[in-house]
Formats: sequence, C-alpha cells, structure tokens
Amino acid sequence: MSERAKPLLEARGMTKKFGGVLALDRVDFSVNAGEVVALAGDNGAGKSTLIKIISGVFPSDSGELRYGGERVSFANPHDARDRGIETIYQDLALADNLDVGANVFLGREPMTRLFGIVPVIDRRRMREEAAKTLDTLDIGLDRLDRPVRALSGGQRQCVAIGRALHWHAKVLIMDEPTAALGVPEQRKVVSLIQSLKARGVGIIFISHNLQDIFAVADRITVLRRGVNAGMRNTAETNPDEVVRLMVG
Amino acid sequence: MSASAVARSAGPAPWVAWVASARAWLFLGLLILGFEIWAEVADGATFIGNVLNIRSIAVFAVAPLLLAIGQTFVIISGGIDLSVGFTMGLASVTVSHVTNVITPVYGTAIGLVAGMAAGIAVSIVPGLVNGFLIAQLRVPPFIGTLGMYGVARGVAYLLAGGTTVPVDNDALSWIGNGTIGGVPVVVILTVLALLVLHYMLSQSKFGQYTYAIGGNRAAAVRAGINVRGTTMRLYVLSAVCAAVGGILYAGRFSAGAAQAGEPLLLDSIAAVVIGGASLFGGSGTVVGTLIGALIVAVIQYGLVFINVEPFWQFVAVGVVIIISVLVDQAQRKGGRVDE
Ligand SMILES: Nc1ncnc2c1ncn2[C@@H]1O[C@H](COP(=O)(O)OP(=O)(O)O)[C@@H](O)[C@H]1O
Ligand SMILES: [Mg+2]
Repeated sequence: MSERAKPLLEARGMTKKFGGVLALDRVDFSVNAGEVVALAGDNGAGKSTLIKIISGVFPSDSGELRYGGERVSFANPHDARDRGIETIYQDLALADNLDVGANVFLGREPMTRLFGIVPVIDRRRMREEAAKTLDTLDIGLDRLDRPVRALSGGQRQCVAIGRALHWHAKVLIMDEPTAALGVPEQRKVVSLIQSLKARGVGIIFISHNLQDIFAVADRITVLRRGVNAGMRNTAETNPDEVVRLMVG
Repeated sequence: MSASAVARSAGPAPWVAWVASARAWLFLGLLILGFEIWAEVADGATFIGNVLNIRSIAVFAVAPLLLAIGQTFVIISGGIDLSVGFTMGLASVTVSHVTNVITPVYGTAIGLVAGMAAGIAVSIVPGLVNGFLIAQLRVPPFIGTLGMYGVARGVAYLLAGGTTVPVDNDALSWIGNGTIGGVPVVVILTVLALLVLHYMLSQSKFGQYTYAIGGNRAAAVRAGINVRGTTMRLYVLSAVCAAVGGILYAGRFSAGAAQAGEPLLLDSIAAVVIGGASLFGGSGTVVGTLIGALIVAVIQYGLVFINVEPFWQFVAVGVVIIISVLVDQAQRKGGRVDE
C-alpha cells in the first residue's frame, strides 16, 4: 500500500460474526481521496458485510474505522451519509415514480413560499440544481421533469451518482454498479467514476466483472472467506492473478 | 449511444400515455355525453343542463369523495385502508351521541363543536392503530385494516345499540342540508377539504414522502425520510377524512348509523383507481380522485335518472374500474424497457 497519502477512510482488523458464521476476520481496508479501490471476491467472501459496516448499516464486532484520520463509528446509514459517505445500491437508489430533481433532493427538499405565504416544495430549484450537477458530470438527460422510471438503467445509475455528488460525497461506495447495464452504459458509468475520482472522491467499487475492475480501479483488495487474500496495484497485476487470489 | 437516445425510446407510445393520463376526464366526458343523449332522445329532457341534477350529483359524491381522498394518500403510499367505511359510521354515531348530550346543557353551537370534535377524536384511534400495525409491526395494510374494519364495525354497532341514533341540533342539520348562495354546505366544505388536501399532497413534504414511500420504500428510508412516522400519519389522515364524512352524514340525515359508510368503501377505492392511482402505489392525485368520484356519482345518479334498474350501477362501476386498471397496466408496460 502506498505510504504517501493518509487514507481518507481506513478499516483495521474488521471482524464480524453472524451467529456461527465468521463473515469478516480481521480484515484491513483503505481508500484514499481521489482513488478507486475495487473490492473483489467470490460470493460470500464478505464484501457486502464490509461495506455495510463502513456505511453504518451495522457495527463491527471488533476492529476500528478511521475517517479523515479520526476514529469513527456510525450509528446508522444517515449518520454515515451526513459525514459524506454515500452508498449506491443496485436497487435501492431511486424512487421510480419521482422525477430527477425530486430524487436528487429526496429527503432534503428545499421549500419556497407561494405568494410569499404558503410554504411549497421548490420544484424549480430542485430541477435546476439537479440539472447543474448532472451537467458538471456531463450526464445529458433531455428532460428532468419525467419520472425516472422512464430512464434507462444506466441513466438511473447516473442520477444516483449525481445525487451523491450533489450532497458532497467524500466516499462513494458502489455495490455492483454496472451489473445490470448494457455495454455503452457501463462505459458511461466507468467514465463517471473517473470524473468523480478527478474531483477527489474516494470510491469503493464492488464488482464481479474483472474487466470493469481493471478499467477503473487503482487498487484491488481481494477478500476470500472473510479474510484479506491480497491487495494489488492494478498496474502491477493481471486478471489471472486476481482470480487466483479470489479462489485461493 | 447517447443518454437521450435511450430515454426517447423508453416511454410508451405518446397516444397511449396521453389516453392513460387523461382517461378519467375522457370517461367523465363520455358518460355525461351518453346520459345527455339518452335524456334528450328518450324524454326530450336535459341531463347536465339541469342545475338540480348537478346539485344532486355533487351532494351524492360528497361522502365517497371524502373517503376517497384519504384513501388516495394511503394508496399512493402503497397501502390500502379497508376500515374507512366503518370509521365513518363510528364517527357519525359518536357525533350524534355527544351532540345529543352536550346540546341541551350548553346550547347548539357548543353542542355542534363538541360533537364534531368527538367524532374526529374517535376516528383517530382506528387511524393510529392501523398506522401502528402497518408502520411499526409491518402488518400488510390489507390485513391490518381488514381487522380494523371488523373492530370499528363492531364498536360502532355497540355504541349505536344496534340501531340508528337520531341527533337533534339545528346547526348540525344546517351543515348537512343548508345552502349558501344555492350551493349545499356539504359541497362547500368538501371543496375546502379538497383544496387543503390537494395542497398537502402536491406541495408539502408530507405529500412528497407519500409518493416516495409508494415508489420505493427502501429508497425513502435510505434518503432519511421518516417512513414510519409518515405512514402513521397517512392512516390517521385517512381516518379523519372518514370522520368528516361521518359528521356530514349525521348532519344530512340527522342521525348517526354504524353502517353509514358501509357501501362507500368500494366506491371510494373505485374513485381512486378510476382517477388514475395505481394500487401498486406511487401514483395518484387529488384531482384525479375527484374526477373518479364524480364518475362513480354520475353513473349512479345517471342510471337512476334514466330509469335503469339500480343494480346496473354495480355492473357499470365495476366495468369502469376494470377498464381503468387495464389502461394503467398498458401504460406501465410501455414505461419500462430495462426490466
Ligand atoms: N445478515 C446476515 N446474517 C447472517 N449471515 C450473513 C449476513 N450477511 C452476510 N452473512 C454471511 O456472511 C458471509 C459474507 O457475506 P457477504 O458479506 O454478503 O459476502 P459477499 O458480499 O462478498 O458475497 C456469508 O457467509 C453470508 O452468508
Ligand atoms: Mg454481496
């Protein structure tokens, strides 16, 4: 691991048991600002468990989590989100029946006053600011006033990413972001990840797809049955080696 | 492939979307036109040109509409409230009892206010219990509110002693039967309620969260929305709407009755669905439900007006519900390409 930068987020000795199952056993993990770290591993390796601890879904049994150099523990996902750790799940990202602006601002709607008296949701502002954010990411959606149901899977993924960025995510966790996408849309998401990275966001990227991993990741952390199986700089490894680490 | 190219191919055919979004208005227009032609041809009379008919339809629509508006919020959130009919009955019985007790002692005005307050207060109990079951214990709404349907029904009949409860209060009767400038008071009150609820649903955070919960509950939770609290409030709102229906019923008929709202449950759900809401949650509007309730009322009143056997009402309303759902599904299918 590189010694130059202090990690933005660092997990040390993460251990988590579910009943008799040792899902994580003293796992170390870190991501720097402006870095993409892929989390690779077979089914059941503990990837989701690790990111759930990082994103505040549940605490670890032991081990410490450091964020910006400070020791932290998140009570719940909102807590983590408020601190700038955003997670994008494949299915849980968006309310399909709401438009892009409403999704970007979901739960944090700006209000304005109609005729200076009646408080109403400021939909125009939501749309305009959402448009601005999506523009800076070069996500071109021709209409923002339609339910996101009408968007393709890749476009919705982009909206979810745009939302995270709008709220100043410092760490972005993506669980299988390209799994359900067609090839052109996968490319769009990959290029988005690159532009987030250029903005200094630390990205944790879970994927089964080695091609995607090699396309975007700076480092690859491999888990195998709940333990660290290895960590490689992408430039210094190849898919065969990563697969060997995954299956042992 | 550009992002916008994908978006353009994603929607349903424009005319399908248009028909789907305007279907309630189309139905209403066609219905009125049909009855008008029938009336002209058969009796040489006018249906919609007659103010008396319009007023009757409006009064007729009031109670199902009040239930339907609360139901609209609940259905948008992905739930359903089967208990509204008997909550309305329970409220009407309570209003009658309390008004009867208070009026002789404190006078008409305080009797009215106390009666109405009691009716609303009583309705909050089933609303809270429904909300608790569904939001906290995650009981499916259909089951939770079906239980409350039984409980409210039983309690309403017990309170009423198995009969209707006459109520004597001039102010209450005026609310039920009076007019202001020729417009029935019940209609004016219902329009006010409609405006307030339309505002809540379309402009407030509560309304926005109602849509979000119905669209994707998990996403709403993750966005930090208080989903449980919002769900509780939705069922209380539905119950309070039913209570207002019960108050107006007690005024109109000078009596409370456990069964006051019994036939209105299905009419209210019909109004919501015909008005464009999806029973899967996530969509619906107050205006749509208003149109839906008018459609149900026009069908019911119109068939009586043209002397068709009243049982055809059920058939006609049922057919309209089924058509609405089919149109909704056709539009849905067109709307999703990536799943
Ligand atoms: N909530 C849970 N309850 C019980 N066991 C769990 C739970 N979550 C994960 N596990 C177990 O922990 C191990 C790691 O799972 P997970 O982190 O989901 O792996 P991955 O995401 O790498 O496929 C598996 O054996 C899984 O069955
Ligand atoms: Mg997993």
